[in-house]
Amino acid sequence: MLKIHQLHASIEDKEILKGVDLTIQPGEVHAIMGPNGSGKSTLANVLAGHKDYQITKGTIQYHNQDLLALSPDGRAHLGVFLSFQYPVEIPGVSNLYLLKSALNAKRKYSGLEEIDAIDFLAVVREKMKLLHMDDSYLYRDVNTGFSGGEKKRNEILQLLLLEPSLCILDETDSGLDIDALRIVAQGINFLRNSNRSILLITHYQRLLDYIQPDVVHILSEGKIVAQGDYRLAMSLEAEGYEPFLRKKAGGAS
Amino acid sequence: MAKSNQTLETLLEQQYEHGFVTDIESDTLPPGLNEDTIRTISAKKNEPSFMLDWRLKAYEYWRHLSEPHWAHLKYTPIDYQSLSYYSAPKKQNLKDLSEVDPKLIETYNKLGIPLKEQEWLAGVAVDAVFDSVSVATTFKDKLSELGIIFCSFSDAVQQHPELVQQYLGSVVPYTDNFFAALNAAVFSDGSFVYVPPGVRCPMELSTYFRINARSTGQFERTLIIADKGAYVSYLEGCTAPQRDENQLHAAVVELVALEKAQIKYSTVQNWYPGDENGVGGIYNFVTKRGECRGPHAKISWTQVETGSAITWKYPSVILKGDYSIGEFYSVALTNHHQQADTGTKMVHIGKHTKSTVIAKGISAGFAQNTYRGLVKVVAQAEDARNYTQCDSLLMGNHCGAHTFPYIEIKNNHARIEHEASTSKISEDQLFYLAQRGIDTENAVSMIVNGFCKEVMKTLPMEFAVEARKLLGLSLEGAIG
Repeated sequence: MLKIHQLHASIEDKEILKGVDLTIQPGEVHAIMGPNGSGKSTLANVLAGHKDYQITKGTIQYHNQDLLALSPDGRAHLGVFLSFQYPVEIPGVSNLYLLKSALNAKRKYSGLEEIDAIDFLAVVREKMKLLHMDDSYLYRDVNTGFSGGEKKRNEILQLLLLEPSLCILDETDSGLDIDALRIVAQGINFLRNSNRSILLITHYQRLLDYIQPDVVHILSEGKIVAQGDYRLAMSLEAEGYEPFLRKKAGGAS
Repeated sequence: MAKSNQTLETLLEQQYEHGFVTDIESDTLPPGLNEDTIRTISAKKNEPSFMLDWRLKAYEYWRHLSEPHWAHLKYTPIDYQSLSYYSAPKKQNLKDLSEVDPKLIETYNKLGIPLKEQEWLAGVAVDAVFDSVSVATTFKDKLSELGIIFCSFSDAVQQHPELVQQYLGSVVPYTDNFFAALNAAVFSDGSFVYVPPGVRCPMELSTYFRINARSTGQFERTLIIADKGAYVSYLEGCTAPQRDENQLHAAVVELVALEKAQIKYSTVQNWYPGDENGVGGIYNFVTKRGECRGPHAKISWTQVETGSAITWKYPSVILKGDYSIGEFYSVALTNHHQQADTGTKMVHIGKHTKSTVIAKGISAGFAQNTYRGLVKVVAQAEDARNYTQCDSLLMGNHCGAHTFPYIEIKNNHARIEHEASTSKISEDQLFYLAQRGIDTENAVSMIVNGFCKEVMKTLPMEFAVEARKLLGLSLEGAIG
């Protein structure tokens, strides 16, 4: 279970998150929606442990551990996975090598033996099939020269391979055409089970047509201003963020 | 942030793995350099008169030279009279490994050098240079069936004086530079390879060097000759025990490739780099040069330089034969207070000659890393081509990367390309890899090995594994 309590976070002394409360139970899919600059990506980065953000107040508990006390790789080992909005390029490092290193890092943490190259290929190919990816992905340098859609697909491949318990997807739908979106959503749905929590960060409702969330939150100016089920997302699509922002402004006055 | 800095500091503090001194009785000359020193060295080695004459001429020439200071290097002056110029383990003329000092074997084992059956399985023949004298040479018999000579330089002087006399100093004459002259005067031993016409050497030839006796300058000399149509791949790997004083290492390597011959020379250099405050470490002033003496000859240098306090090294190729090819692939890594001034010279003399230079410099800590390269095309070298790529990777804010490309073109039809880049390991890359559960140490190693990939892939397989490990071990740098 993920429990975020009164989270305040800043970057370069500018406060972005101003008291976020959020609880996600195992098996639940939550969506966070909100206009540009509302703090959605900050929340994702803070959960993953990006060091540019300072936590000025609040707590994050994950599986009864203080997540904020852990390094980014420590959080990854605990099962936190962030699918990046803008995955970085790592020239000279083959995707195969990254994928295998990541899986072996996880296995090592769990006290398992490293997987050998042949077994690994079998495992990764099975996941790639789900995402309609061919072998050439393995031999290209990590994200280098990948199109936006290819990068996103590559993130989901890592997600499928590492099978984390908390999946944070930061605008995974942006840059995807409709066919790719369907395939990626299929991959995410494939992972959906009673032990896994999923946090979808998105601008648009269209991803939610494929992955139906249990709870939708609206984030605005660093705070969650509204909550509801997936119908909230549909009303957003119809009316925009404006009514929610007004509501919040009204409440503050 | 504090935590990540701590990790990096721990990485930077990593001890030099090969730092230990083996206690073996040495036959060492008292410090000092004069004509008598040279006569003594030559006599100890029972050399023919042509060798002594050559050494004395070199010494006479060297006496009138002064140490060069054009490189981007700072170091306390070397007192050449305070060094001892000869050191040999006392027990010599060994028939097989059982006669080798067990302590020496132990040293090799600590270094992970396979000196017994493993070599045959690995397909590597080893000529191990311990201090200044070769004490073990393996697989000579197998090679000699093919007419390949692979032995210590001293043995070559005794057994093949005509080859030594013909080729010694023909690529790097003693007049070449200060350190080459010094080497010619006092060199103690090294390796010698001759591959006869049309023979392809069936295994990677390998030499491990190790500096051991305290304050003994190392003056190795290697001569490799590939006769017409021959092929040889030679591996040189170095480690040295930890100590506080600077040690001078002034080696010379000469390669001769005749018509259609190919020489591939690979180095992993891991001399003691000094401690994190810049105390101690090896001064490495090396002259390496190959000559493509006939048409269609090819010489490739690959080097992975991670050690030494000071590196001054420019493996070069003289492209004399028409259609000859020269290649230089380099990774130079400096951390703490290490300084490297390294690069290559490609001299195009023959027609349709081609050269490729790929140099990767990595600096961390307070290190200074300089690429210095010359591409020269003489007037008669029609249709010469060169491609140079020179990339620097910086880790932290206190190190430096410098590039000095020299291009001298006397022929209008030459095609010369030069590309250079400087980059830093990005926080985003480290965060991305950390998010995938990969710790900082492995992430840095992965990024840097990726940066060096084009060079690493030119190394022979078994060497590449070692080099990869070495980069991972010694180059995690100051980030954050």
